[in-house]
Amino acid sequence: MSATTDTRVLTAPRYRLPAASSWTLTIAVVVALLALLPLGFVLWAAVATGWDTAVTLIFRGRVAELMVDTILLVLLTIPICTLLAVTLAWLTERTDLPGARLWSWLCVAPLAVPAFVHSYAWVGLWPGIHGLGAGVAISVVAYFPFLFLPVSAAFRLLDPALEDQAASLGLAPVAVFRRVVLPQLRLAVCGGMLLIGLHLLAEYGLFAMIRFDTFTTAIIDQFQSTYNGVAAYMLALVLVLCCLVLLGLEASLRGRRRYARLGPGVARRTKTVRLGRWRYPLLLLPLVTAAFSLGIPALTLGRWLVAGGTAIWRMDEIGLALGQTLVICLIGGFATTAAAVPIAWLSVRRVNRSSRFLEGCYYLASSMPGVVVALALVTVTVRALLPLYQTVATIVLAYVIMFLPRALVSLRASIAQVPVELEQAAASLGRSPGNALWSTTVRLAAPGAAAGVALSSLGIMNELTATQMLAPNGTRTLAMAFWALTSEIDYAGAAPYAVLMVLFSLPLTWLLHHQSKKIAGR
Amino acid sequence: MTFLKLDSLRKHYGAVAALDGVDMTVAPGSRTAIVGPSGCGKTTLLRLIAGFEAPDAGAILLDGEVMADAQGQVPAHLRNIGIVAQDGCLFPHLSVSDNIGFGLKTDREAKRARAGELMEMVGLDPAMLSRKPDQLSGGQQQRVALARALARQPRLMLLDEPFSALDTGLRVATRKAVADVLSSAGITTILVTHDQQEALAFADQLAVMRSGRFVQVGSPRDVYARPVDAATAAFMGEAIVLPADVAGGQAESPLGPLAIDAGGFSGAGSILLRPEQISVRRAEAEDANGTVADVVFGGSTCDTRIVLDGVHAHAFRLDIPNREMLHAGDRVAVSVSGKAHLFR
Repeated sequence: MSATTDTRVLTAPRYRLPAASSWTLTIAVVVALLALLPLGFVLWAAVATGWDTAVTLIFRGRVAELMVDTILLVLLTIPICTLLAVTLAWLTERTDLPGARLWSWLCVAPLAVPAFVHSYAWVGLWPGIHGLGAGVAISVVAYFPFLFLPVSAAFRLLDPALEDQAASLGLAPVAVFRRVVLPQLRLAVCGGMLLIGLHLLAEYGLFAMIRFDTFTTAIIDQFQSTYNGVAAYMLALVLVLCCLVLLGLEASLRGRRRYARLGPGVARRTKTVRLGRWRYPLLLLPLVTAAFSLGIPALTLGRWLVAGGTAIWRMDEIGLALGQTLVICLIGGFATTAAAVPIAWLSVRRVNRSSRFLEGCYYLASSMPGVVVALALVTVTVRALLPLYQTVATIVLAYVIMFLPRALVSLRASIAQVPVELEQAAASLGRSPGNALWSTTVRLAAPGAAAGVALSSLGIMNELTATQMLAPNGTRTLAMAFWALTSEIDYAGAAPYAVLMVLFSLPLTWLLHHQSKKIAGR
Repeated sequence: MTFLKLDSLRKHYGAVAALDGVDMTVAPGSRTAIVGPSGCGKTTLLRLIAGFEAPDAGAILLDGEVMADAQGQVPAHLRNIGIVAQDGCLFPHLSVSDNIGFGLKTDREAKRARAGELMEMVGLDPAMLSRKPDQLSGGQQQRVALARALARQPRLMLLDEPFSALDTGLRVATRKAVADVLSSAGITTILVTHDQQEALAFADQLAVMRSGRFVQVGSPRDVYARPVDAATAAFMGEAIVLPADVAGGQAESPLGPLAIDAGGFSGAGSILLRPEQISVRRAEAEDANGTVADVVFGGSTCDTRIVLDGVHAHAFRLDIPNREMLHAGDRVAVSVSGKAHLFR
């Protein structure tokens, strides 16, 4: 008997590296490809149209007019928003302004009012209002919270030691603000400015209501009146180019560096600036802002509700719209969050070039205006997948493309808080990779997923542009019903729908405000 | 001569007194270390001197000028007092060069030239000037922070535990470099630290702080050899504290009669011996006055616990060079050289 036959090699089943991450990557890539569909569609449309037709359709008076209006709108609205938001954030976060907490809430609250409801409220108060001036004014009150939120969070995160240091180097308080505080707000300001810019380009209802033409309103007019495909595609192409220009500008302004706090330790709490005799005069700013951004909607809605009495509460129609909206919001919210899970996990646990690139694709895709997403999906389904035209599947895909980053941000933050050691501990206790992931990270990230569902479904509730173009026949969401009634000049009849949208959106603002506080650890 | 004078400074945070009547004078060009456990108020004191916060009561005078008193205070940016914080506190959005030139009011070229000079002064390669702070190591960040504070030729330099974030080897080297730079520039310096060794090595004047007060201010040698109480003694280094009956400049202790450093006191007291004053050797019956209770091997020395003979069986710990090869149960003779310090 030879010795070798006695030697038993004990073998456990061996695997290659856990297959979980390659599956996750595959799903993430598929979702990214779906998300990039609208962008691809626009490029395809540009190529398919042909150079000569494209030139005649793009280089004409109408497009130039739209271009001038759009540029003026962006160039006026963004600086005003920035000035207003930074001032308000500084007042509420760093000074002894009376009732700073309350004002901080009231500066976020306008987000609960959909942009087109802001517009409806202004038109209700001043029926003749229209044009660029009105567009800028309403945009400012509707969108400045997008800047206020990140900037006030950034104010809370600033390390006061840096300001002390600057003072010890001989800088007066104003110089400290200009040379140390403002540069550190740059990331927050850039992000907020981009968000506002993209909203300005994508918004339909706000501008249609006051008869101010932008690319988005023009595309929808084109689509509804003549169904002139090629002309609409070319407008969409220009609109997409505008978005890309904004993205590029933001990326170059932001620079590549993050301003992380250097060194260990916990930042000391910031000092509050004493306003002295300016304390009460400065109250005027948040007061006036709140009057325009919250007072006007409240006043108009209240007036219509009183004027309309009980007659406008047609419960059967409202109930139906509410039910349909909730169903579509929940389906959309869950689908969006589910679609965000693979990339959220990858971007936390497998940080590398390809996961960063994938993540970038999602952000790029979601910065496409709703009207472009809808146009792309309509065209693709009509031409290639007719059974899917105007189905729930198509509209949910549109929502996934548009709102995925909202779910991604929440998910990623909470996944990042779960130490990877927990997954490893579960694996060392005999769980399979998938099971370990499920029983640790997924469980602990559940609050983030819930926030993701809430944020995306509330976005869906107030979405009008894509919903109108893609909704299955017979569907009437709150936003659609509101829009249809205001188009028939039944302002009183539309009021209950607006009130419902605001009521359902209020938790959204609470969540956003809460999240921004949590980022700062307070 | 007095350069900085602190006059009964008080500072409260709510009901907690962070500073409870602090007095000190600092001579021009000197190096003062303030040492104490964390939470004793030393960082608060530094923030008051720098002008980041105002005292509730008391006064701060720098070079004869009032910086803060009951009437008000000079804001930080007008004091010209440099500070280097624990983590360096470099501006993350600026390059090394811009950090160093931050407080200068000259043109760009002059700033760059001065930054280059200062980099050499603190022993860094001027090629790093174009880097961002997050591309530097901890020790390098600390040196850049020093260069930035030196750029304006401050009247007074405050160092807020600037070495504690560095690892041991780097800490000693950086401390030495900083001390040399400040000495050659002739800048009056105050260092705050919780590390007694750092304080002893750095300072001309040492202030020991506890619960918002200075318990002792003096030269490092003096504070080490003649601390005011047992707690201070233990904070400044290994301390062997024994009871003694004192009479006529002599103390009757468990180690026999010992000379003490102060006369004019009679009665029961306690005395301090530092480990370097004590020698221990293996001994036979009549020479021996103690027994080894426990030995923990530590390489070149052994942490040895010795119980002295006598009814109270006083015990102390001592690091003993390993050549003696003592074991538990060995009888030893413990002898003392120099004078014991009597606590008052």
